[in-house]
Amino acid sequence: MNAIEILFWLLSALAIISAMMVLLSKNPVHSVLWLIAVFFAISGHYILLNAQFLAIVNIIVYAGAIMVLFLFVIMLMNLNKESEPKRNFWRILIGIISGGSLLMILVSLIRQATEINNKNALMESGNIGLIKTLGKLLFSDYVVPFEISSVLFLSAMVGAVVIGKKE
Amino acid sequence: MEIMKTLLAFIVLWPLVGFLVNGLGRNYFSKKRIAFYASEQIFASFIASIIVFILIKNNGAQGDITYFNFIHIGKLIIPFAFKIDQLSAIFLLIITGIGFLIHVYSAAYMQQEEQAHYGRYFSYLNLFIFSMLLLVLGANYVIMFIGWEGVGLCSYLLIGFWFKNDNYNYAAKKAFIMNRIGDLGFLLAIFWMIAKLGTANYSDVFSNVSQLSTTDITAITILLFIGAMGKSAQIPLYTWLPDAMAGPTPVSALIHAATMVTAGIYMVARSNVLYSLSEVAQNLVAITGLVTALFAATIAIKQNDIKKVLAYSTVSQLGYMFLGLGVGAYTGAVFHVMTHAFFKALLFLGAGSVIHAMHHEQDIRKMGGLKKYLPITHITFLIGCIAISGIPPFSGFFSKDEILAAAYAHNPVYWGIGVATAGLTAFYMFRLYATTFLGSFRGTPEQAHHLHESPSAMTIPLIILAILSVVGGLVGVPESLGGHHALHQFLSPVLLTEVKYETTHSTEYMLMGLSVAIAATAIVIAIVTYSKKPQISNSTGVGKLLENKWYIDELYDAIIVKPLGSLASFLKNVIEKSGIDAAVNGVGKLVNYSSRQLRLLQNGQVGGYILLMVLGMIVIVLIWVNDGYIYRFLMNLFFAK
Amino acid sequence: MPIQYYIILSLALFCIGIVGVLVRRNAIIIFMCIELMLNAVNLLLVAFSKMQYNTAVIANKATTVGAEGQLFVFFIMVVAAAEVSVGLAIIVMMFRNTHSIDVNFLNRLKN
Repeated sequence: MNAIEILFWLLSALAIISAMMVLLSKNPVHSVLWLIAVFFAISGHYILLNAQFLAIVNIIVYAGAIMVLFLFVIMLMNLNKESEPKRNFWRILIGIISGGSLLMILVSLIRQATEINNKNALMESGNIGLIKTLGKLLFSDYVVPFEISSVLFLSAMVGAVVIGKKE
Repeated sequence: MEIMKTLLAFIVLWPLVGFLVNGLGRNYFSKKRIAFYASEQIFASFIASIIVFILIKNNGAQGDITYFNFIHIGKLIIPFAFKIDQLSAIFLLIITGIGFLIHVYSAAYMQQEEQAHYGRYFSYLNLFIFSMLLLVLGANYVIMFIGWEGVGLCSYLLIGFWFKNDNYNYAAKKAFIMNRIGDLGFLLAIFWMIAKLGTANYSDVFSNVSQLSTTDITAITILLFIGAMGKSAQIPLYTWLPDAMAGPTPVSALIHAATMVTAGIYMVARSNVLYSLSEVAQNLVAITGLVTALFAATIAIKQNDIKKVLAYSTVSQLGYMFLGLGVGAYTGAVFHVMTHAFFKALLFLGAGSVIHAMHHEQDIRKMGGLKKYLPITHITFLIGCIAISGIPPFSGFFSKDEILAAAYAHNPVYWGIGVATAGLTAFYMFRLYATTFLGSFRGTPEQAHHLHESPSAMTIPLIILAILSVVGGLVGVPESLGGHHALHQFLSPVLLTEVKYETTHSTEYMLMGLSVAIAATAIVIAIVTYSKKPQISNSTGVGKLLENKWYIDELYDAIIVKPLGSLASFLKNVIEKSGIDAAVNGVGKLVNYSSRQLRLLQNGQVGGYILLMVLGMIVIVLIWVNDGYIYRFLMNLFFAK
Repeated sequence: MPIQYYIILSLALFCIGIVGVLVRRNAIIIFMCIELMLNAVNLLLVAFSKMQYNTAVIANKATTVGAEGQLFVFFIMVVAAAEVSVGLAIIVMMFRNTHSIDVNFLNRLKN
């Protein structure tokens, strides 16, 4: 087992455990922190896959901006204590069972799929994940969607302001 | 041909236009204008009918005149076509001519109605004329059926014209329902014809009659005759006609004496090719006619309502016509239709004049001695009575004699009953006449004060009809009396000649003499009995039986209406409530209950919806995506290795 | 690494997200679970991108096959950021009106 594999398993375990902890934490602030951990683990995966740009963006946008926004809202509403009402046992059971069976079914589906046998994701090397490659692509072939996404941001901003403002 | 096509279209359309204009404009036009317009439309049709008649007389009949395809389904083509030949030409004249006279008469008779009802009345009358013309002009049984239903509808509307009186409404419903029973027979006959021959055109049916088996012909003719029974008030479907007297008197004259009720005669005469091939049907027609004639005549003897007497007399005379049809005297039957239209319309209009003078009093026991108050009505009514009694040379004599002669040639028993009926006819007509016009007045002094002769709009039609009743028979003077029977020759292309009609002249003289003698005797007895001392009190014994019409209405009530009623109430209370209702309500309750349960799924909580979505995904993947891979995988996972 | 590992890892994260959405009643946690699911998809997209590149690069060293997958991830992040801004605004709004962020109170759809 080489370093890459060790790192892969470590990061995977971290991601899954952290994701579980997001659900299990009673305090929303802890949930946010665990989610940040998940994002870091995923960014680690990106680095393993040599997707440098996405790894950085993931940390900046997700773990930085978005999760800070979450934290900010939680603090604003003063929800950092255990505030959730009593949980319904049946609801939890049903949720776990259905989610688990979905996972089981999808995993079995993947295991039956022969097309992806012996296919590997290229680790460490490969230059498509570099900022240079993606930037070229983004500002040539994908410039229109890129501009449209700015319009999306504008509308989202307007929407947030309109919804959030007091009557 | 083109002229004929246009003429016929106008003959039919004028009354229809009159119906629409008067029906829609009844609130806007003055009474005078309504009456004038309605009568003028019919008069125009009458003039056109005369032209058509002359054309037919000179040039002979022509083929069907097709306007457009009415029904076209697969191989079945039913054109909207008219057939104009000698038979329909005669009926055209009768309908439009008498229709016009009765329109004129109605203008005065209905004067006291409100304007809107006045317009309604005339629009109905015009619609009736339209339907009747359609009935006699149609070139196939389907068009005839349209007219047949149309006249039935108008009859219903006009019987119930004074709809504020419930009894009149019941009478209207009774007429309509009884007619429907007959119509069912007619309709079945049409279906049978179409099923067997693929056509309902007269010409095609009659020329292809050899393709039909005897059973088919018998069935079709009997079914047609059931239709005729309903329309022409024969036993057992006759009880509606006396009740139909609830309508205004001119309506009784036009619809329930002169024209509509003869539609059955027209239909049978039109189908004479079929009837002559079926012995059974012919005998049925003859016997039904004979029994009806006698039966209705006996009832008429004891009736005290002036219009009821005439109604039973009409039923009886229609029976005569069917007797004529049944024994093969088609010309005689049509001849009797014509003369009967004259004198019966006359009698009804005369009765209307009497009723008008008596301020809607119809009971003859409260009349009497009207001779000096209503001279014109009296004379014309007397002429009508003589004509119906069959005294030569009035019109009724010739037509009745022709039927009786044919009946004698067919079976002397028929003749015997026919003559007896003729005697009864003379008796009850003169009983009516004597009670009404002779003797002394028995009404209240107030009524006596108001007695007056009717206006000229009413008396002129009476006079015209009286003249026709006197001379109308001359178109059919038989050979034995030195005539050459113009009507017979005219109709010979359409109606089969009666082959069995082979009596010697001396026999004919004897038969005529006998029937006239019996009629004359009956007249004398009636006048002597009733002019001085009319019967006021109720009868007893057989008389009571007759007065109550043999209790036929009660009998029908007991054997048909009551059982039907109790069956219906059984169905309503048991089958409907616990069967159908329970099933229907049960379905409703089930849906209600299950939707109440299903509604709980729509709890508005996003989590619930997502849960269902996930479950749905699972199911879709399980069933659809993997063709059983997962099932096997799960099996391997848990049980194998 | 075999692609199946990544797929299964992603599925696991995704299903954890689903279970979170189903189980939790706190609107913010649910929202976070949705973010988690988005990230699982992102991870899968990157893995597939590298898988395509892996086969294509043998023929052509300078190929950019698979770069689109990573661009999609970029766009998903863009959309997610916009979504979060609006979504959190809605949650704030809701808290302001009901003083709760329990989604069970949000059953207005019922009517």
